[in-house]
Amino acid sequence: MPPTEPTDTPSPSKAGDAVPRVSDAPGIRFEKVVKRFGSNVVLRELDFTVAPGERVTLIGPSGSGKTTILRLLMTLEKLDDGVIWIGDRPLWHQDKGDGKLVPAGQKHLHEMRKQVGMVFQQFNLFPNMNVRRNLTEGPVRVLGLSKDEANARAQELLELVGLSDKIDDHPARLSGGQQQRVAIARALAMRPKVLLLDEVTSALDPELVVGVQDLLRDIARQTDVTLLCVTHEMHFARDISDRVLMFDQGQIVEEGPPEQIFGSPSEQRTRDFLQAVLAT
Amino acid sequence: MEWDWTYTGEILPDLLNGLRVTVTATIAGYAIALVLGLVWTLLRRTPSRIVNQTVRWVTEFIRSTPLLVQLFFIYYVMPTFGVTLGPLVAGIIGLGLHYSTYTAEVYRAGIADVPKGQWEACTALNLPRSRTWLDVILPQAIRRVVPTLGNYLIAMFKDSPLLLAINVLELLGTAYQIGAQTLKFLEPITVVGLLFVAVSVVSSILVRRLEKRYATY
Repeated sequence: MPPTEPTDTPSPSKAGDAVPRVSDAPGIRFEKVVKRFGSNVVLRELDFTVAPGERVTLIGPSGSGKTTILRLLMTLEKLDDGVIWIGDRPLWHQDKGDGKLVPAGQKHLHEMRKQVGMVFQQFNLFPNMNVRRNLTEGPVRVLGLSKDEANARAQELLELVGLSDKIDDHPARLSGGQQQRVAIARALAMRPKVLLLDEVTSALDPELVVGVQDLLRDIARQTDVTLLCVTHEMHFARDISDRVLMFDQGQIVEEGPPEQIFGSPSEQRTRDFLQAVLAT
Repeated sequence: MEWDWTYTGEILPDLLNGLRVTVTATIAGYAIALVLGLVWTLLRRTPSRIVNQTVRWVTEFIRSTPLLVQLFFIYYVMPTFGVTLGPLVAGIIGLGLHYSTYTAEVYRAGIADVPKGQWEACTALNLPRSRTWLDVILPQAIRRVVPTLGNYLIAMFKDSPLLLAINVLELLGTAYQIGAQTLKFLEPITVVGLLFVAVSVVSSILVRRLEKRYATY
């Protein structure tokens, strides 16, 4: 079953918000999703749903499958079994008309990927292009924007991330924090409706972390994307998310609003994990 | 035996003509090697097993047989299949074909060196395959291998005298002809050596400059 339509269910909002968030971004639904690496089963018939426009943070020990979930959504890893829905369409399958799902071809994946954007732990900017080209490559080559339109969009986004003066620089000349801001801008330039953040501050020097997190908080406030975030920064998770999912060994151990998960977790494994993370 | 300066002066124009042929053959052959090598590398990455295995064995075969044998094959054997080529053209094709199997390996290594994250960023941006290659992967891969490719230019230049075996009047061939006519080999062959050194040294310097220029973005 596809997730419900956005108009029926306004996404859960954080306590204190005056108006519940209504989004035209798609929801996400995992149905019995299986992912193996060799004999290692990372995701074991995983089910979960993300409402349209909802901000969900995935926490848990490394190897628990959080990043794999993002990578499946970005089609960086192949699905072994189950179905992933983005909105009312399966990501990895095509409906042959009779309700039967068959593995999708490249064309379908290309179509579905248009809705999804991702920011990586290691930034992955293109070192052979300057910042402008990094931001315009996708819009020009994929979305078919004219050079001028793409440039205008790039400038707008660089302003948002506070790097307007770096437009002609190559990534190698930027600090880690600046590179990650550009990478965020690059992802946003494609106007994704689902944004995936994969440990985006883990590779940064400690003094640069806060700046990038503040930026993401602003973006979360200003846009209505559906947001999936993997992080080890618990206060960031608390700030940004409507809901927190605690993972262990490819399963959801516990879920709930951040106040509950961080304030009074009910599962022992969650308590152990939080204690370990907060101790460092 | 005395060094004869007047004689050296007389033969120099002919030798420089030979050098011109040598350089022409090297540059033209190198251009073929650069393009064809890339074609081999990309064909080896196609999913079709028939294509990539055929390319694999053909290039392996060419790399493992001597250049001289290949030159003989192109110049003396191909005419029996109806393909007759002039000596210089046959030489250029021989050099280019032979060295393309080396440049293919260089490209392959360069592409393997591009971090996985670059491919993933291309997927995340939804770039089509062609753009991924042309705009992201190849520019980075080639940049990494410019020094190695440059060294093959010099290696190829030093292999070019083999072309005299198929009657190309390149530098060494010219010198040999002069020597055979005058029975004075000292000057022509020595000048050949010096000219080779001169060109090699100049090219090495150029290659090193390229290397520096491409070392950082």
